[in-house]
Amino acid sequence: MLNIVKIALRNLLRYKRRTLLTSLLITIGVLAVLLFSSITGAFKSLMVGQITDSMLGHLQVHKRGYVASIDNLPLHMNLRPKEMETIEKVLDALPEVEAYSPRIKFGGMFSNFEETTNIRLNGVDPEQEILTAPLLPKRMLQGAAGDALLRPGEILVPELLARGMKVKLGDTVVIVATNRDGSVNAQTLTVRGVLEGISGPGGRDGYIHIKDARTLLRIEKKEANEYAVRLKKADDLDKVHAELSAAFAGELNKEGKPKYEIHTWEKLSPFYNIARMIDVMTFFIKVMLIAIVLVSVMNVMIMAVFERMKEIGTIAAIGTRPGKILALFLVEGLSLGILGSAAGTLFSLAAIFALKVNPLSFDFGRQKGLVLSPTLDVNEIMIASVLVVLVSALASLQPAFKASRMEPVTAMRQV
Amino acid sequence: MSGKSLSEQEGLNSVPNAAARISTEATITRDPAEVRVGSAAGTGEEKAMSLVESKDLTKTYQAGEVEVKALKGISFAIEPASFVSFVGPSGSGKTTLLNLVGCLDKPTSGQLRVVGTDVATLGRAEGATFRGRNIGFVFQDFNLIPVLTVFENIEYPLLMVECCGARERRERVETLLEAVGMADQKKKFPSQISGGQKQRVAVARALVADPKLVLADEPTANLDHETAFMVINLMKSLKKERKTTFVFSTHDPKIVGEAEIVYTLEDGLVTNLEDRRAGHA
Ligand SMILES: Nc1ncnc2c1ncn2[C@@H]1O[C@H](COP(=O)(O)OP(=O)(O)O)[C@@H](O)[C@H]1O
Ligand SMILES: [Mg+2]
Repeated sequence: MLNIVKIALRNLLRYKRRTLLTSLLITIGVLAVLLFSSITGAFKSLMVGQITDSMLGHLQVHKRGYVASIDNLPLHMNLRPKEMETIEKVLDALPEVEAYSPRIKFGGMFSNFEETTNIRLNGVDPEQEILTAPLLPKRMLQGAAGDALLRPGEILVPELLARGMKVKLGDTVVIVATNRDGSVNAQTLTVRGVLEGISGPGGRDGYIHIKDARTLLRIEKKEANEYAVRLKKADDLDKVHAELSAAFAGELNKEGKPKYEIHTWEKLSPFYNIARMIDVMTFFIKVMLIAIVLVSVMNVMIMAVFERMKEIGTIAAIGTRPGKILALFLVEGLSLGILGSAAGTLFSLAAIFALKVNPLSFDFGRQKGLVLSPTLDVNEIMIASVLVVLVSALASLQPAFKASRMEPVTAMRQV
Repeated sequence: MSGKSLSEQEGLNSVPNAAARISTEATITRDPAEVRVGSAAGTGEEKAMSLVESKDLTKTYQAGEVEVKALKGISFAIEPASFVSFVGPSGSGKTTLLNLVGCLDKPTSGQLRVVGTDVATLGRAEGATFRGRNIGFVFQDFNLIPVLTVFENIEYPLLMVECCGARERRERVETLLEAVGMADQKKKFPSQISGGQKQRVAVARALVADPKLVLADEPTANLDHETAFMVINLMKSLKKERKTTFVFSTHDPKIVGEAEIVYTLEDGLVTNLEDRRAGHA
């Protein structure tokens, strides 16, 4: 075996330029796949992280039908104290759940005493909200001192609105909202912070304390219309979704349908489709890598067999079994693949390291200067390498098989 | 012919000279089995077993529409430790015959036993193993493996037959390197040595696995006269030393002179058999 590897490697060395070109091609392919998946992976996790960690949470629980009519932020689908108790009991029992935050989402009017405009607001419990959306404080462009996210009587205003309405920190503003019965109520609040807007649903919402929301909407008891849930591990998404669905399966409404609906962030954010598209692109780049490896290795190996007919005939004549001849050419093709993927991985690591030193920043929609921190996943390296090695074995199989089936006499007659 | 050498080995007294009998009776081949049984009577069947036995061997090539009858019925026997040559003009069937004996090709009809095995029964992989164990080859254009050094080329058959450990391999290769006078060149690659040197390496490679039979198809055709003689004499002395049977083909009359037993091939038939040792006996 060792001898087969030795002969295969020496044959590769014998045609240095061809070996170099072929493995360079494979190297470039591997580099493309690894860099692309690393950078898009960084982009994806940055965006997904923003979405889940500063806004949506990983999962949300609502009353059935709420998400379908979320655009008008209905109040008649609020979760009642009993229902909230049920939901919290279920969430408390799940070990995968890190935190959850009940919210009252509603629409209202925002006035700076000169002008009035529409605003969408989240009434939240600051402590629970911070645990559930830990990146929310990071979105604060300007903020008052103190570690609390929000105190009763204060409001976090979305950036665009703040700019358009020319409100500053500490300004007093009025929020007017219609409650469930159709009557109108108003409340004055102090601007505690300005929030950076991000893409996706809820990315341009304001925040007030949940107690203020209840007062404003004249809700007497504990109520909410949304539960945002944060998981310890984002990978548990589907598992927890299934567990929650199972846990709530027994809770039926009057029509005999499930009382609650559970959505993952993927269902709530349009970014999920962008992420999917990126995955599809990664897939096609991998397909291209396969094609490159297949064609180049096969080409080289067909040439190798063709050129070395006489040698093949000779070693067959002097007692090399067909299996060994097959192995010889397989190992040769395989070595090309291994060489290429090893070089590709090395170059990718170097490129990623270079990106660490000189970070890549970009703008996405209204968000400026997002910084990517690409990393190379060991899994991705493994997948790309295994792919290349497998495909190069596959590509050498036919030429190797041909070599092993050659009649020594016929083969030796060739020049 | 071959029966002679066997009887000599057995220490028997002179027996009728088979070769002489054939060549005097006719220039047509005789059934060698018949000859052998007659000449080696009393030595026992197993011991009398020839290294190569051929009976009515034919080989027909299909070249497109035309059939080429390369061998038209050849019978002979080769005994262990002999130095045999097939001579004849180009196209007489020497290569075809040696390919059959070397189990590189299958006869169209007739019988061929090599080292006790009917070659027609050997499959592709079996054939390779069989050749590796029993037959050494020396080719006209040397056919060394270009990516292996002289040492590694000689070692190669040992790795293929998986005969022995690294140390024994080394010893065997060194011994042969010494025997063919190439010890000082062992680290060179084939492209760095001359034709005569290459053929000496090839002879060493053919012998390293201790085959019973070494086949050489025109081994000197690409060498100048002096070198050709050296290579033939090398084979001859190795034959003596190791009791290996050498069979080579040539159309060079001067080289033929070195052979002990000479078959003349013409147009796919053996037309003459000469046993030079008979004269000495
Ligand atoms: N593969 C082949 N296909 C067709 N004809 C062949 C083939 N090999 C040899 N022959 C023919 O068989 C005859 C004997 O050839 P060969 O054994 O090579 O003779 P030699 O080695 O004595 O020159 C020649 O007529 C040659 O043309
Ligand atoms: Mg010939």
